[in-house]
Amino acid sequence: MTELLSTPPGRRSDRRVSPLIVVGAVLVGFIALAAVVSFFWTPFDLLYLDYQHRSAGPGVNGHWLGTDLRGRDIASRLMVGARTTLYVGIVAVGIAALVGTPIGILAGMVRPGISEFVMRTNDILLAFPALLVAIILAAKYGGSVTTAMVAIGVASVPGFVRVIRAGTMQVMSTDYVRAARVAGRSGPATAVRHVLPNVSGLIIVQASSAYAIAILAEAGLSFLGLGAPASVPSWGRMLAEAQSQLTTAPLTAVWPGSAIALAVLGFNLLGDGLRDRLDPRLLGR
Amino acid sequence: MLWPVVRRALIFLVSTLVASLLVFWVLDNGCEPARVALGTGGTPAGVQALCAQMGLDRSLVVQYLNWLGGAVRGDFGTSYVTRAPIGPGLLDQLTVTLWLVFGSMVVALLIAVPLGMASALRNGRPTGYLLSGLSQVGVAVPAFLAAILLVLVFAVNLGWLPANGYVVPAADPLGFVAHMLLPWVSLGVVQGAVLARFVRSAVLDELGQDYLRTARSKGLTPVRALIRHGLRNAAIPVLTVIGVNLVTVLVGAVIIERIFTIPGIGNGLAYAADRRDLLTVQAIVVTLVLIALLISFVVDVTYSVIDPRLRTRAAS
Repeated sequence: MTELLSTPPGRRSDRRVSPLIVVGAVLVGFIALAAVVSFFWTPFDLLYLDYQHRSAGPGVNGHWLGTDLRGRDIASRLMVGARTTLYVGIVAVGIAALVGTPIGILAGMVRPGISEFVMRTNDILLAFPALLVAIILAAKYGGSVTTAMVAIGVASVPGFVRVIRAGTMQVMSTDYVRAARVAGRSGPATAVRHVLPNVSGLIIVQASSAYAIAILAEAGLSFLGLGAPASVPSWGRMLAEAQSQLTTAPLTAVWPGSAIALAVLGFNLLGDGLRDRLDPRLLGR
Repeated sequence: MLWPVVRRALIFLVSTLVASLLVFWVLDNGCEPARVALGTGGTPAGVQALCAQMGLDRSLVVQYLNWLGGAVRGDFGTSYVTRAPIGPGLLDQLTVTLWLVFGSMVVALLIAVPLGMASALRNGRPTGYLLSGLSQVGVAVPAFLAAILLVLVFAVNLGWLPANGYVVPAADPLGFVAHMLLPWVSLGVVQGAVLARFVRSAVLDELGQDYLRTARSKGLTPVRALIRHGLRNAAIPVLTVIGVNLVTVLVGAVIIERIFTIPGIGNGLAYAADRRDLLTVQAIVVTLVLIALLISFVVDVTYSVIDPRLRTRAAS
């Protein structure tokens, strides 16, 4: 863990890109593409209800993946659902990175006593997983995309603090940082000039893993009906709606379920691949 | 030997107090509970009166201490939505959830240990890649998706197991297992995949150690050497991960209980959140967080018991 530091890019350009990163990037890219395209075009209008072909199988009446129990086109709803998933993830991870990184760097630079205090507080916050925070906020303010984003973001902060602090402590123990400090470079300047660039790789890896967790939490929330409202297509809600007709139209559950799994897999693979690239310890294996 | 345990116990106590205060503060919503309790028929004056009667107009600290005084005796107050006391129902729900979590951790270990060991022993070979890939896919499958797919296959198509419901174990042990098998596997498969990755790297770390080479030179096969000597050492990092993941399993149980209509604490939480029953949400969340912190306390202590190196280091 302590050796998870980034090396300058470029020097490693001779190494092949790991297949993990490629597969992860393709999956994430595909979902992002579907989300972007959905702004301009979807196979069917979202509000169109094909009453003649409800709970239809794939290919029926031009519906690629079939229709749900109200006759809505599943492929179109999946594409728009990708928007919700990516949007919630971006904001949540953004909150976590923007709050968690400065706290982590600070905790890695201050005196051990204060650092210990920050980490104890952090441990308490780690006892609140994303879904739990989201349920708390949904109970108080009612379920919405905003509560989901804020809750998942807040719950992801401790993870960032922990990883960034470990990286910061390692940077702080290097000779060149010591030299800079002796030469009179101030704390804030050291943080910006030396620590931040060196932990930037860690931030990206952590963001990728946090994104996967955010997708799971968002899907779980909308599955429980505490996330996006019924008017906004979301994968979790589609899955929940499909559960009631598992006997008659099982495929309506399989599509949104696979979308969630592939999105999580994509971000996990991306995170793992990037971590392998950054961690010098793993290179020997 | 004793001081580290006492120190950790103190940290656990303080953490629990801070966490419960945090939950209390976040869920504080002024007179809103009085408004919810009166529904649409409430006049502003009526809301004010009930608010004062419920003690919601007092300072947050006073309210917290009042609540804490009851909570330590198992009295979490009376829900203003269901008008029933929260404490007794909570205990029943908790028992059900602990059955669910315990069973799924057993399933997870049954999957993770052999899978992790196999993929470590086969590291660098095609089967190794295949097993690692399998656990990678397993990690990405949310428990609720696994649940729906399992229901689809074993309840809907094959008709072997019930699709939902719950039976009290004392009344009908076989029925209990039949009803819990799919929930256990749904939660356990995903956790098993997560744990398998940690078992793999822990075993890989041990495989390079000298003592294993010695064991091999005594004539033990790689697998037997690993089981006899390596697993105990590999258990230490895995134990920590299990502790951390138990919390995830507890929260994952929220959704699994909803799918299988199991009357556990998670179902209670989702139901209460949906009806905005803040007092019940508060009781359940504090209970969950208490369990989470208790688990990490127990893991920390067990950790120092299993690993003699840590014991001496802590004592010195």
